[in-house]
Amino acid sequence: MINKMLTDLRDWVDVRFPMTETWNYHLAQYYAPKNFNAWYYFGSLALLVFVLQIVTGIFLTMNYKPDAGMAFASVEYIMRDVDWGWLIRYLHSTGASFFFITVYLHMFRGLMYGSYKKPRELLWVIGMFIYLALMAEAFMGYLLPWGQMSFWGAQVIISLFGAIPWIGDALTLWVRGDYVIADATLNRFFAFHVILVPFILAALVFVHLVALHHVGSNNPDGVEIKKNKDPVTHKPVDGIPFHPYYTVKDIVGIGVFLIIFAAVVFFLPEFGGWFLEKDNFIPADPMKTPEHIVPLWYFTPFYAILRAIPDKLLGVIAMGGAIVMLFILPWLDRSPVKSIRYKGPLFKTALVIFVISFIALGYLGTQPPTPVLTAFAQLFSFLYFAFFILMPWYSSIDECKPEPTRVNFSH
Amino acid sequence: MSTEGVNTSRRRFLIAATSAVGGAGVVFTAIPFVASMQPSAKAQAAGAPVEVDISKLEPGQMMTVEWRGQPVWVVRRTPDNLADLKKIPADQLRDVNSEVISQQPPYAKNETRAIKPEYLVMVGICTHLGCSPTYTKIGEGGLGADWKGGFFCPCHGSRFDMAGRVYTGVPAPTNMVIPPHKYLSDSRVLVGVDPEGAKA
Repeated sequence: MINKMLTDLRDWVDVRFPMTETWNYHLAQYYAPKNFNAWYYFGSLALLVFVLQIVTGIFLTMNYKPDAGMAFASVEYIMRDVDWGWLIRYLHSTGASFFFITVYLHMFRGLMYGSYKKPRELLWVIGMFIYLALMAEAFMGYLLPWGQMSFWGAQVIISLFGAIPWIGDALTLWVRGDYVIADATLNRFFAFHVILVPFILAALVFVHLVALHHVGSNNPDGVEIKKNKDPVTHKPVDGIPFHPYYTVKDIVGIGVFLIIFAAVVFFLPEFGGWFLEKDNFIPADPMKTPEHIVPLWYFTPFYAILRAIPDKLLGVIAMGGAIVMLFILPWLDRSPVKSIRYKGPLFKTALVIFVISFIALGYLGTQPPTPVLTAFAQLFSFLYFAFFILMPWYSSIDECKPEPTRVNFSH
Repeated sequence: MSTEGVNTSRRRFLIAATSAVGGAGVVFTAIPFVASMQPSAKAQAAGAPVEVDISKLEPGQMMTVEWRGQPVWVVRRTPDNLADLKKIPADQLRDVNSEVISQQPPYAKNETRAIKPEYLVMVGICTHLGCSPTYTKIGEGGLGADWKGGFFCPCHGSRFDMAGRVYTGVPAPTNMVIPPHKYLSDSRVLVGVDPEGAKA
């Protein structure tokens, strides 16, 4: 009786809205390769952190004051006087860093298994726009506590626009809404941080998933499972339905992730100054720059590239170029295979050098710009760009192994 | 849809004309929104001049006052400081003679970049990315034996001499800014106003 009513209700809706169709297209009959490994957790984990940031963010706005005179104190008020406010705030601040951790690992997965290669170029580019939006979101969110690092970090990043010839100064003035970082800047960053950019992010994530489900997921072997379909069912023989197989697998990953995440939130929310910088517990002082000013860890590789070049405009161009390289990556890789498993020694070596350079730049970006460290930053910046610029050459002459026709999978 | 008897060129013209009018409408509608992000009338009015009492400043000392939300420094330079300005080789400074006119008023376009050589009045903001440099005397900050004193920006390592002139080989492109200022008396400076008769 109840079953009949529910079936009727479903049919009633399906006539008016493609409910069952959408469910099947994206979950129950979306065939994902059966050989996913642990690297394939990070996409869904990033989505989880996004939801967490939205939820905690909404509750933070209930007590936060986007006013230069009140912002710093309102964050402390959340930490001390609002019931569970400390938890909500630490979930949000830790979530920001974990957002980047999951996204960087997700991007590295794509780099390793060639997930950016045809036919997934657009999927990769949409992902890069998500990454850009995420950086904007993190940057503007960091101004809101109105601490010393908030203020001077924003001062430096907004000044980057000033390097643009002719319109630079007018543009920085327009972005700030005042002659210096001031209340107007804080107020508009709040507006962007809580509505504009999250809205863009949500739209981009939606488009990212639509593109993914259109081309199908890549896998650790880089084999297109759509090429090998069962003659009777027309389903990929190396594919399994996303739901229930990968929804259940992802829940395991989420469990493990939450254990680590909760450990940080409860025991190491500042993470030794890496997630919440010490200088940001000092209210913003427009008269005095902190002795040692650094952005949060997820920006430091690009910050190190900016500092490595002793010229304002060229430094900004190099930093922007570092992001552009990632955007054009799908058209730089000329190798016939996707996955690192079948790529040759040149690509493998290049990838190792790239990862070392990226991490080294990330570290150097947190250190004072002494002449020796600047020289190292220049070396690693060079290697960072060499990975991309030389890729058309080394990926085309590399000795790749033949790609199998079926994915590797053992029970 | 039947396309018989359709005047396609007229249709194409109408589509183009409607799109153009619609596009123009979007642009004009955007203007108030974009303009609302410019500094408000209140922010524009807030740049009142600031009076500074420099009578208690010892030789070698620096004081900071706020003008238009920015730090403005007054440094009382020692005779050694002034002598050192001439000792820096010209090829180590990007703009030895302060040729970039936006960085100082004409009355401060001189060897010491000041009205009175003893007192340097300068906006304490690095011309690279807007950090506030640190006043670093000779022998301080680990800047080497050649360091003649000046200002070191902790953000990206830019260096300026005791007149705010930028060294070469650092990211900052220009000398630091000398704000309009005038002396009301020997011990009082007004920041934000040009001296009478001076052309700004």
